[in-house]
Amino acid sequence: MATPTPQAAHPVRTLAILGLIVLALGVWTFWPGQDATPKLGLDLRGGTQVILTPVSENGATVTDEQLAQAVSIIRQRVDGFGVAESEVTTQGSGQNSSIIVSIPGTTNQAILDSLATTAKLDFRPVLAAQAGVPAAVESPAPTPSSTDGAASPSASPSASPSPTASESPSASPSDNGAALSAGVAAQQTATPSPTPSSSDGLISRDGYPPIQSAANDAALQQAFLDLDCSPDLATQGGPADPALYIATCSTDGGAKYLLDPAAVQGTEIASAQAGLSQQGGGWEVQLTFTSDGAQQFADVTGQLAQNSPPQDQFAITLDGLVVSAPQVNEAIIGGSAVITGQFTADEAKSLANVLKYGSLPVTLEVSSVEQISPTLGQDQLDAGLIAGALGLLLVVVYLVAYYRGLGLVAVASLVLAGAITYFLLVLLGRQLGLALSLAGVAGAIVAIGITADSFVVYFERIRDEIREGRSLRAAGDAGWVRARRTLLAADFVSLLAAVVLYFLSVGSVRGFAFMLGLTTIVDVVVAFLFTRPLVSLLMRTSWFTTGKPWTGLAPDRLGVKPPVPVVATTRRSVSAGSAQKES
Amino acid sequence: MSRLGALAHNLYSGEVSVDFVGKRRRWYAISAVFLLLALGGLLGRDLNLGIEFKGGSEFTVPTSASVEDGRAAVEAAGVPVGDPIVTQVGTDRLRIQTPALTPDQAAQVTASLSENLGVPAEDIGVTLVGPSWGAEITQRALQGLIVFIVLVVVFLSFYFEWRLAIAAIVALIHDVLITVGIYALTGFEVTPATVIGVLTILGFSLYDTVVVFDKVKENTRGITSGNRATYSDAANLALNQTLVRSINTSVVALLPIAAILVVGVGLLGAGTLKDLALALFIGTAAGTYSSIFIATPVACQLQERRPEYQALAKRVSARRSGADTSGKPVSKRAQSRGGTAVLEAEAAVDTDQDPGDADEGESTSGVAPTGPRQQPKRNQTRSQRKKR
Repeated sequence: MATPTPQAAHPVRTLAILGLIVLALGVWTFWPGQDATPKLGLDLRGGTQVILTPVSENGATVTDEQLAQAVSIIRQRVDGFGVAESEVTTQGSGQNSSIIVSIPGTTNQAILDSLATTAKLDFRPVLAAQAGVPAAVESPAPTPSSTDGAASPSASPSASPSPTASESPSASPSDNGAALSAGVAAQQTATPSPTPSSSDGLISRDGYPPIQSAANDAALQQAFLDLDCSPDLATQGGPADPALYIATCSTDGGAKYLLDPAAVQGTEIASAQAGLSQQGGGWEVQLTFTSDGAQQFADVTGQLAQNSPPQDQFAITLDGLVVSAPQVNEAIIGGSAVITGQFTADEAKSLANVLKYGSLPVTLEVSSVEQISPTLGQDQLDAGLIAGALGLLLVVVYLVAYYRGLGLVAVASLVLAGAITYFLLVLLGRQLGLALSLAGVAGAIVAIGITADSFVVYFERIRDEIREGRSLRAAGDAGWVRARRTLLAADFVSLLAAVVLYFLSVGSVRGFAFMLGLTTIVDVVVAFLFTRPLVSLLMRTSWFTTGKPWTGLAPDRLGVKPPVPVVATTRRSVSAGSAQKES
Repeated sequence: MSRLGALAHNLYSGEVSVDFVGKRRRWYAISAVFLLLALGGLLGRDLNLGIEFKGGSEFTVPTSASVEDGRAAVEAAGVPVGDPIVTQVGTDRLRIQTPALTPDQAAQVTASLSENLGVPAEDIGVTLVGPSWGAEITQRALQGLIVFIVLVVVFLSFYFEWRLAIAAIVALIHDVLITVGIYALTGFEVTPATVIGVLTILGFSLYDTVVVFDKVKENTRGITSGNRATYSDAANLALNQTLVRSINTSVVALLPIAAILVVGVGLLGAGTLKDLALALFIGTAAGTYSSIFIATPVACQLQERRPEYQALAKRVSARRSGADTSGKPVSKRAQSRGGTAVLEAEAAVDTDQDPGDADEGESTSGVAPTGPRQQPKRNQTRSQRKKR
C-alpha cells in the first residue's frame, strides 16, 4: 500500500468547504415560504396505496407502451376525484412491472372501485353534442338532437362540413374536425329512438360522467343538459356499460355528448397507427378492424353517413369519456378506416395508442391495497421518531463512554450526517417527490449504527497505531490511511446492497433501500470531509497530546505499558506479538 | 473501560490470543447445531407467512373492544371471511386477518366493523393483498439476493481474492439461514419488512467480514517469504487484533436496532418496525458471530490448500520442531531472527518520523518481512530508497 502523504491535506480548508456545502443545503432547505419537513409517505400520514399488476391475456407480453397507456387511464380516473397529491407511478418494466397508486388522506371507496376496472374503448354513434358547460336552455327536447349547441370551443374549419345545419349545430370541439373515411353506405340500424322510458338505469356518479341510462329518456337528456364538463370540475372517466346510453364529456372537458350504446367495441380493433396522410393532409390515424368488427363498422358507418350533424359523428369513448368524435363521410367497408383531421404528430400518436390499447389487452389486477388511517400514520411516525432518538442516544452514550474525546468527534459527525440526510430528504421530497416511508425511517435509524461503525473502524485504527508506538499525530494520519480503505470497501458493499435492493424490489423495500444508499453516501462524505480533518486538527491540539484519560487516547488506557510511546516500546510489543503467533 | 483497553492492547499485540482459526472445528460444530436447528425448523414447520405473501385481508381497528367483539363484528359483515384471525395488538388496537377479499367485500367489512365497534370508518386501516402478489415479491427478493451475491463475489474477488469471497459468502448464507430458521422455529410472522431486514443483513454481515478480511489481507501480505507464521497464524492474529473493533461495531449497530425493536413492540405492538428490527437483530448478531468464527476459518482452510501456503506451513513447522519447543518465546524468537527484525522495526517506525533515517536500516532491505504490521512501511521504505 503506497502511503504518499499520510498527513491530511489542509484540514481547515476541507472543513470550510464542507461547512459551505452544508450551509448551502441548509439555506436551501429552510428557504422561507417552503415546507422544511420531508415529504411523508402514506404509511406515515395516512392514505391509500394500491398496487396494480398487469396480467396479460393470451400469454402476450406486456409492453411498456401498454403500461404507459394503462397508467394514463388510471391517472385520468384518479385525477377525476380531485384528491390533491395523488400519484400514479410505475415500477419495473414489462412482465415485472407494477402500477402504484397513492392517494393521501382518508379512504375513498369510489376511487378504489374505479381503479382495477378495465378501461373500455367503444365506438358510439353521437346523438347530441354541446360545448362542455351546461347550456342555459331549458328544453329537454325528446329529440336526439340538442337544441342549441354553444359555439364549438376549438374551431373545426376543414373537416366539419355542415356547421350551419339548421337543427343541430355541430359541436365537435375536441376533434380537430376529425373525420372517418373510406367506405360505402349501408343503412340499416334504427336511429336511437327518443322514446322516454323508465329512468331506472340512470346512474349518477356524484355529478361526474359518464351518466348511464338504459334508454335515451328525458331524465338522461336532462342530465346531459346539466352535465358540467368545465375543466375546473375535473372530468373523470369510469366504466361505461357498452349496452347503455351515456351522457358524457370529452376528455378535455371541452364538449359533452349524448351517445348511443356502443356500436363497435374496442376489442374489435386489430391495429391502429399514426402516420402521415398519403394525400398530404398532415397526420392521420389508420385503423384496422377484425372481421367481425369490420362488418359492424361497415353497418354503422353506412348509416351514420346518412345523418346530419352531429349525428353523423362516431364517438370514440375510452372509459366513458369521448376521446375523439370524427364525422363519418361515407360507409366504411373492408375493415380499415382512416381518421383524419388537424392532428399534430403527438395527437395522432396518442389517439392511435388509445385505439390500440384503450381496451386494455392487459387486465390490471389489484395486487395489494393498503389503507392507513391518519391516526395510525401519526402513531407510526411518532414511534419511528422515538426509536430514532432512543437509538441515537444509546449510540452516543456508548461512543462517549468508550472513546471519550474521540467519541465526541463521532457524535459531532453523527449529528452532521443526520443534518445532511435531513436536508437531502427535504430537498429530494420537494424536487423529486421522494416520500419518506416508515421503512425509510427504519433505514435511517439502522444507518445510525452503520455510520457510527465507520468512526469505530477509524478510531480503532488510530489506537492500533498508538499501540504500534506512533505519536498521536502520526497515528491519526497513518490510522486514516488504513481505515480509509476498509471503510470504502465496506461502504461499497453496503451501497451495492442498497442499489440491488432498490432496483429489484417494490414498495416499502424500495424506500428502505433508498435510505440505506443515501445514508451510506452521506457516511462516506462525512467521514472524509469532516471526521478525518477534525481528528487531524484535534491531534495537533495540546489537550489531545497530553494524553489525558478523557482524550480517549491515553496510552495507559490503551494498555500500552510505558506511557510515552518510544521506539523501544514498539519493538517489545511487536516482538511479543510475533512470539505469540509462533507458539 | 481501561481494563477493556488493556485487553484490546493484549489482543492486538498477541499477548492474549484466542485461537479462532485453530479451533475451527468447535465453531463449525456450534454453527452446525444452529444450522441443523434452522433447517429442521424450515423443513418441519412452515414459515408463518404474513398476508402479504399468501394473500389475504387485514383490518386494523383502533378500539379497546375484545377479540370476541371483533370477531363478531367481522362475521356480521355477511361476506365470506372464513375463520378470521383476530388478535389484540398493543392495548388499543385489534388486528383482524381474513382470506383475500375484493375491495367491495372489504368495504362491507369495514362498514360492519365501524358500526359494531363504534369506530369511524376512516380510522380503520385496511390491507388487501392478492394471492399472486406475495409470490411476486418473494421471487423478486430471491432475484435480488442472487444478483447481490454474484456482484459481491465479483467485487470481493477483485478486492481480496476469490477464496476470501467464497468464505464471505459462506458466512453470509450462514447468517441468512440461521435468521430464516429462527423465524421458522419461533413462528414469528414473515412480512415484507422481515424480507427487508434479511436483505439488509446481507450488507451488514459483509460489512463486518470486510473489516476483518482487510486486516487478514494486511497481515498476510508477503508472508510466504518468511517462515515464522502460517497463513492461519497471521489470520488468527488479525482476528484477535480486530476483535474489539468487531465487538464495538456490532454493539453500535445493534443499539439502534434494539431501540427500534423496543419502541416498535412497546408502542405499536406489531408492524413494520418490529418485523424489520427483529430480523435485523437476529441477523446482525449472527453476522458478528460468523465474521469471526466462520468467515476467517473458512478462508484459512481455503487458503491453506494453496501450494505456496502449504510450503509455508511446512517451513514454519520445520522451524518450530527444530527450535526449543518449551517456553520462552521471546528469547527463541531473538535467537532465530537475530537482530534483523529489530532493525527493520526500527527502520519502519523511523520512516514515519523522518524518512531520511530509513537508509540506516538498509541492511534489512533483502530480509524477509518481520510481520504484517511492517508491510506498508517496508514498501514505503523501498520506494523511498528507489528515489534516492
